[in-house]
Amino acid sequence: MKQVLLALAGNQNSGKTTLFNCLTGSNQHVGNFPGVTVEKKEGHVLHHKEMTLVDLPGIYSLSPYTAEEVVTRDFLLDEHPEAIINIVDATNIERNLYLTLQLMELEIPMVIALNMMDEVRASGNTIHVEALAEKLGVPVVPISAGKNEGIHDLVEAVSNVVENNLRPMHFDFCTGEVHRAIHAIGHIIEDHAYHAGYPVRFAATKLVEGDEPTQKVLNIHENDLHLIDHLVEDMEKALGTDREAALADMRYQYIESLCSACVVKRGESREQLRSEKIDRVLTHKFFGIPIFIGVMFLVFFLTFEVLGAPLQSLLEMGIDALSRQTEQLLTSLSVTPWLSSLILDGVFTGVGSVLSFLPIIVILFFFLSLLEDSGYMARVAFVMDKLLRKIGLSGRSFVPMLIGFGCSVPAIMSARTLSSERDRKMTILLTPFMSCSAKLPIYGMITAAFFPHHGGLVMISMYLLGILIAILSGLLLKNTVFRGNPVPFVMELPAYRLPAAKSVLLHMWEKAKDFLKKAFTIIFLASIVIWFAQKFSFDLQMVENSADSILAKIGSFIAPIFAPLGFNDWRASTALITGFTAKESVVSTLSILTGAGTDAQLSLALSSIFTPLSSLSFLAFTILYMPCVAAFAAAKRELGSMRRALAGAAYQTAAAYIAALLIFQIGRLFV
Amino acid sequence: MTLDTLKPGESGIIVSVGGVGALRRHLLDMGLTPKTAVRVRKVAPMGDPIELFLRGYVLTLRKEDAANIVVEKENEK
Repeated sequence: MKQVLLALAGNQNSGKTTLFNCLTGSNQHVGNFPGVTVEKKEGHVLHHKEMTLVDLPGIYSLSPYTAEEVVTRDFLLDEHPEAIINIVDATNIERNLYLTLQLMELEIPMVIALNMMDEVRASGNTIHVEALAEKLGVPVVPISAGKNEGIHDLVEAVSNVVENNLRPMHFDFCTGEVHRAIHAIGHIIEDHAYHAGYPVRFAATKLVEGDEPTQKVLNIHENDLHLIDHLVEDMEKALGTDREAALADMRYQYIESLCSACVVKRGESREQLRSEKIDRVLTHKFFGIPIFIGVMFLVFFLTFEVLGAPLQSLLEMGIDALSRQTEQLLTSLSVTPWLSSLILDGVFTGVGSVLSFLPIIVILFFFLSLLEDSGYMARVAFVMDKLLRKIGLSGRSFVPMLIGFGCSVPAIMSARTLSSERDRKMTILLTPFMSCSAKLPIYGMITAAFFPHHGGLVMISMYLLGILIAILSGLLLKNTVFRGNPVPFVMELPAYRLPAAKSVLLHMWEKAKDFLKKAFTIIFLASIVIWFAQKFSFDLQMVENSADSILAKIGSFIAPIFAPLGFNDWRASTALITGFTAKESVVSTLSILTGAGTDAQLSLALSSIFTPLSSLSFLAFTILYMPCVAAFAAAKRELGSMRRALAGAAYQTAAAYIAALLIFQIGRLFV
Repeated sequence: MTLDTLKPGESGIIVSVGGVGALRRHLLDMGLTPKTAVRVRKVAPMGDPIELFLRGYVLTLRKEDAANIVVEKENEK
């Protein structure tokens, strides 16, 4: 059977993901578009194995400004999908049709999926679907993705436009001066557009708008460019407005007349009225922020305490039991010591550390998708925006950063919901500075040994230090790597909706699968490598004394690097290396290397390695330096390249070094 | 007057959209075009951004960006 490539395009909050899930079921493949960290989801349409559906990013326009818009354009123009499914939120039809008009200009067979029709009807409003379809010259199928209604008809309509190659034909939405300009330019560039594989109509419209990528692709002569500029100037003069406003205005004017003919509105929709009421409480001037803190506290409490901790210990018990049984088996088979150590200390530890993240990820993403799908996350961004703006981010980054205090892994993974690529990258880089819960044992170790009476103060200072470094890094990044215009914070606040169970569960499953599949190799390999370095010496003999291991030798070799920070000791530097597998390993490594059996002995041993001041700089370094391998793997996955992930880790380590250096050197002046 | 000076509950008609580049483009794409009716619904707890109602949906933007939009205040009905 002939393969058919379909593209799903639509606004954010139009129910696109829900429709994608309806159409493809759980059979999805998640990846990134080449070169950018924009998510690309692919799946086969249920009962239509020949149809591959690609979920394009949620966008409002085909402008060339955000990575999402560019990716969508490039995909539609270069990959030549056989058809576009354009999902339109019927409760918000005016703004949704704006993208529709631009998609039509691509002259690709298209079907409009008019979503949330159940809500339109429930509000007592009507949309004349047939009239709409006739005026647009594109088939329109009313659906309700949340209730799985109309999906069959939609697939049918798509098959039909693909089979008969039914391209959008009506372009009568352009009028007057703009129409004249588009037509005249169309004639000039016809051949160029043909050679570049661009639809003429789309190319001409984009040139009127002053779209630079189109100018480059079409490779137009200087003379023609002058002519085009001239035509546009004439248009601007005649309309008394500029090219960008002229086109936006024209499209919206057409949509207004279309809606007045096809949409019968009896007032504001029920959803809008309900949302306004809910917002009176949730974004209230005084209660808005306390409510948000309460919600997040509840999510943290349930994730890390009530549900996460027991599940984690259950998992650990299971792995322990399995490990003991394996140990018995290995002893009874009298397997060589190195092999049994590989299996027990290497493989089991590695698998164990991967799995220990799983309960938290699953539970946290259950709550996060509830917050996201219900519409509350957009309100959080609205309430918190002012705080993050100064460091070049928007309110959208607040929640990932907050989750960072629990665990960097889901925090980094949750950054994917940020709609701007720039914000996403910055958030992923800054989130690990939020001190995660795996670092708590390290605080405990240092404060017990050096600051038994000021534990709380030290802890709070370190948390604040992490936040301070994140803020400074944000300012630095904003003015260097991420210079240029941030994506404006112009965000829709969608109507509150009850999240669909299927979407929430799929989201959870997807995140868990994603983490296991992508993180497993890196975490597992790193665990094995560290195991090897811990158990063997350079002449590949298993070591009795851990001081002779490869790891200890590397630790001694790099120890002088930390002399300016006040701890030139091989045990400290070795602990920092093992901290890469999991932050809490810093504590266990230090106890092993100092031969301490109890906490009291460890405290005593630590005082031979650190002074109180150098213990602080060590603590600061440990809190800030590159995150554990699981977080690194998540960052690599979300940033889309090993190079970027390494650069991020290098930056974090450098920041940690500088902060610890300052603490020690400035502290020395006073102590 | 500009959009950021409207108080919660007040409405206006957009006269022109200023600014440059991506921001201006995005404002236009989101339906903030001349002659569109806009109502300010709310100001965020920390005093910024603001919440608007237009074209049947709710949009939020920062005051500094709203300052680029010239509006004509509608008289209370």
